[in-house]
Amino acid sequence: MKFLRELMFPVIAVVAAFVVGGIVVWLVGDNPFQVYGLMLGSALTWPDGIGYTLFYATPIIFTGLAVAVAFRCGLLNIGAEGQLYVAAFATAWVSIKLGGVVVTGMSGVPVQPWANLPGVALVPLAVAAAIVVGGVWGGIPGWLKARFGAHEVITTIMMNFIAVGLVSYFTQYHYRSQGDPIMETAAIGQSAYIPRLGSFIPGLPERLPVNVAFLLAIVACAVVYVFLWRTKWGYEIRATGANPLAAEYGGINVRRQIVLAMAVSGGLAGLVGVNEVLGYHHRYYDAFSDNYGFAGIAVALLGRNHPVGVFFAALLFAMLQRGGIPVDAFSEHVSKDLVQVLQGIVILFVASEALFRGTFGRFGLLKRSKV
Amino acid sequence: MNQIFTVNLLFSSIRLATPLILAALGGMFSERSGVINIALEGLMLAGAFTAASITYYAGSPWVGLFAAIIAGAAIAMLHAVACIRFKADQVVSGTAINILLTGIPALLSGAFFLSSGSTPQIPEGHLIPYTPVVIAFALVPVTWYALNRTPFGLRLRAVGENPEAADAAGVSVPLMRYTGVLLSGALAGIGGAYLSIGQSSLFTRNMTSGRGFIALAALIFGKWRPVQTMLACLLFGFTEAIAIQLQGVRFGGEEIPNQFIQIIPYVLTIVVLAGFIGQSRAPRALGIPYQKER
Amino acid sequence: MLELREITKRFGDVLANDHVNIRVEPGTIHAIVGENGAGKSTAMRIAYGFYTADSGEIVVEGEPRNIQTPHDAIRLGIGMVHQHFMLVDTMTVAENIVLGAEPGSAASIDLKKAAAEIRQLSDEFRLAVDPNALVQDLSVGQQQRVELLKALYRRARLLILDEPTAVLTPQEVEEFFAILRRMREQGKTVIIITHKLSEVLAISDDVTVMRDGRVVGRVKTKETNAAELARMMVGRDVLLRVEKPDAKPGAVVLGVKNLSVSVGEGERGVRDVSFDVRAGEIVGIAGVEGNGQTELIESLAGLVPASQVSGAVEFDGRDITRAGAREHYELGIAHVPEDRHRRGLLLDFDLAENSILGLHYRKPAVSVGPLLDLGGIRGRALEIIRDFDVRPANPDLPARALSGGNQQKLIIGREFEMRPKLLLVSQPTRGVDIGAIEFIHRKLVELRDEGCAILLVSAELEEVTSLSDRLLVIYHGRIVGEVDPKQTSQEEIGLMMTGGKKGSDG
Repeated sequence: MKFLRELMFPVIAVVAAFVVGGIVVWLVGDNPFQVYGLMLGSALTWPDGIGYTLFYATPIIFTGLAVAVAFRCGLLNIGAEGQLYVAAFATAWVSIKLGGVVVTGMSGVPVQPWANLPGVALVPLAVAAAIVVGGVWGGIPGWLKARFGAHEVITTIMMNFIAVGLVSYFTQYHYRSQGDPIMETAAIGQSAYIPRLGSFIPGLPERLPVNVAFLLAIVACAVVYVFLWRTKWGYEIRATGANPLAAEYGGINVRRQIVLAMAVSGGLAGLVGVNEVLGYHHRYYDAFSDNYGFAGIAVALLGRNHPVGVFFAALLFAMLQRGGIPVDAFSEHVSKDLVQVLQGIVILFVASEALFRGTFGRFGLLKRSKV
Repeated sequence: MNQIFTVNLLFSSIRLATPLILAALGGMFSERSGVINIALEGLMLAGAFTAASITYYAGSPWVGLFAAIIAGAAIAMLHAVACIRFKADQVVSGTAINILLTGIPALLSGAFFLSSGSTPQIPEGHLIPYTPVVIAFALVPVTWYALNRTPFGLRLRAVGENPEAADAAGVSVPLMRYTGVLLSGALAGIGGAYLSIGQSSLFTRNMTSGRGFIALAALIFGKWRPVQTMLACLLFGFTEAIAIQLQGVRFGGEEIPNQFIQIIPYVLTIVVLAGFIGQSRAPRALGIPYQKER
Repeated sequence: MLELREITKRFGDVLANDHVNIRVEPGTIHAIVGENGAGKSTAMRIAYGFYTADSGEIVVEGEPRNIQTPHDAIRLGIGMVHQHFMLVDTMTVAENIVLGAEPGSAASIDLKKAAAEIRQLSDEFRLAVDPNALVQDLSVGQQQRVELLKALYRRARLLILDEPTAVLTPQEVEEFFAILRRMREQGKTVIIITHKLSEVLAISDDVTVMRDGRVVGRVKTKETNAAELARMMVGRDVLLRVEKPDAKPGAVVLGVKNLSVSVGEGERGVRDVSFDVRAGEIVGIAGVEGNGQTELIESLAGLVPASQVSGAVEFDGRDITRAGAREHYELGIAHVPEDRHRRGLLLDFDLAENSILGLHYRKPAVSVGPLLDLGGIRGRALEIIRDFDVRPANPDLPARALSGGNQQKLIIGREFEMRPKLLLVSQPTRGVDIGAIEFIHRKLVELRDEGCAILLVSAELEEVTSLSDRLLVIYHGRIVGEVDPKQTSQEEIGLMMTGGKKGSDG
């Protein structure tokens, strides 16, 4: 019964968003039912619709989990975008440096790799790099908050811009193959590739980009669940988010929790790199993120900051994103930015109805520093 | 090297600081009444887009500017209702608005201009490169006066510091906060308008590039006071001006990578936040929805 | 001048005012007395329009009036000075006084006019303040004068003062009384809400006594005395006096020497406090809330930053003055906090998860590595629920769903289960129903008899006198006396709690 009640609010938010979005669509001159029908219809075809939907869902599951974990500690991580960029670059870098790839960058001088490891070693290292680098990028704003009271919303957003700048620099000046007009690094070593799902699931064509990273996303959901509800670390994070004063009373070091939660959050966001670099482009491709970081916020809120909710909310948004493409192409006036608009409305509704559940006090830590 | 330090730099700094000043002053009204306003970025975008579109259609930048003010206030109203009436978390609500405004302009421009996010070019005669600058700097003393010498300002500040005291004195807390937030929308709208029809001649996707957040940092750096905030904005403007000057300059034979220069304002913002938070000087009731309790 | 008729007000489950009738004659100083939670502030806030009554009417100078907001009350000449000052610290005195009624135009506040008027009122009522001073730089007594000026500036003819002397030094209290007499001379009517009987007898003309939301008596001050007032205030339905065997105190477990705790903003901290607690005894601390008990217990529990603590606290021979909360738990110090919602519980978590707060990071809550032993935790929670009669007996319910009494029993069960050597317990039965109160009291005595040292803080005089083996009284951050609860009358203790001297009759 309680479960149904929990479900009601996200459903209301989504329906409300669709209604408002529908009005916007109508205002610009298209038929909302047609647009939505196109959106949802194209997302559910087999195999392409579903295949692409799962592919789009993968990064959003990661960022959704990231934001959810931060929220559980009372923190708002807007920095998933930056965290996933640095992590993706790190993944590519490891896969190049240890994957036997010679890079001839801007300087014209070929740079030798450090090693050429086999897949069994290289892939775990690349994944680890993603987690660690993402974790550091998330941990820095966490530390800034714990130590100086700097509000994580602004610092993470600044870190986003800085991340984009730094990664772009490294790509352009050092890791892009000479003569390549596209802003991307050299291709990673072959042994770092992770297979597409189509290569071992019967009935699923291999041309679909959904890859093993999707399975990793499912595993991540399970791991996050266990972490938050079955370990003492998760208990401390949740307690800090629920009531920092009671957490303090219980002997929990609140400052340390802030840094820890942000680092874990960053690490989760970093896993997007696995999907993108190891499973799809096989290189770091600049500005590859289609607002995954922000989608993560919407997904976390909609999914009530619970891994299961995040999973399904991510699927929903992925469907919207997949459906956005034909809408963009076939409808006269509506572009796929509609997805963005829907996301924003969803968050606004979810934030407002927090009042009715009496949980605005939940974000105890959000009030701790002044912005 | 000495090509860099010219009078041009001063003028550049002023021009670049203008949108920051407008947004920051707007933010000041909201925050000093106690409502956190992270949505300055989105509000500026709303203003920028509206100004560009309406100016294009109406042929007059003044109509565009006016429309931008209305648009900013209207979007800010969403934030106000969510936070004041529904006691939504103010940071989350502000973030929602920012996300919303990364999508709406593009959607509308796609619909009306069949473009992927930009508005059509506006002829030079219809631009207002100087007026917003004047408005921005003129608003600084006006804001100071309004906050410190008028009953309105007194009540607004009281509501942000101790809403219970204000309530007990007969001041309407919600009314003051709505006013503060709407003003922030209006001013940020002007700031955005300057970007699209003052500094350039069209609107491009996400053209604010974080300026709304930098304005917020300037506001914090400036301790929520008009003159100090203006100085902080000038500092950030100066940083951006230097960055532009440094593009293409060679340091010991090597060209400085663009990216390093571009990230300077963002790094500076973090440094500012870490070093100058001055928590005791923020309006005391900032971020706390007002509820009469037992 | 003012009459409240059949005023009733409910806050959620609590009936704060139950058909309250109050009558105040013009030109008098009228005192409304009662314990904490008696409903005095609520009734007056209704008169001031800060709250609206559910039913009943307010009559001002013979005419029934509709007062919905403070604005309405102010227009009728009613002013109120709240217990916690409603001043904006960062603004000047003048700004605070004129807020909401600024002289001049909408475009500009006429500061000169404001200053002149303030000076005039200052002189008339002998309330000396500097209009240009910042409120945060003023002493508490001066701040109070600003509050009075605020009301007078708006031409208040009736002034309601809520616990006006709670934060004043004895010196300031005398000055304050002079001000009140001056106001009465000028024809103003004053209502003071207080629980300090000595002051009531010194300054008021009439007294209304409230208890548990009802008015229980109205007398002329000249015709009554402290004992009678105390009896009216405190007398309640029979609260079973705890039958307990004599204590057999053992070794000193907790030694507090010259402990001082500072807090910001001029709030009362703890001043140079020294005492011991032995194993197998209950030491009680009696005092009106806000006299330093909170800070004392929090620092003994390790929840106050080390920089704010001076002096020495020894536990079992170890110096724990600056130790943190977790170290306290490890050493065997348990803590039942005074505000269970704020400190003691994670309201949205279930009972099982709440039952391990504080001990969640080690065995037995933890099984292997970092993993929580959910089955074991739940089992232990069920034990606590059973042993401490927590209802409903379902460990999967969120703590929020329980009544105050059951929440408290859960917390107590949690703390008791760790078999502490020292238990710090503060306001154990606040907001708890009668049945649970009895149960909790019994459990405390049981724990004592098992050899635990217990430090008990309570604002309920009945409770702290019947449970304690030794009783300390705290006032303005200092221990002002130690008595044997069996030999000392409640009235005497009550007087000590409010600054009177032991042995005097008010």
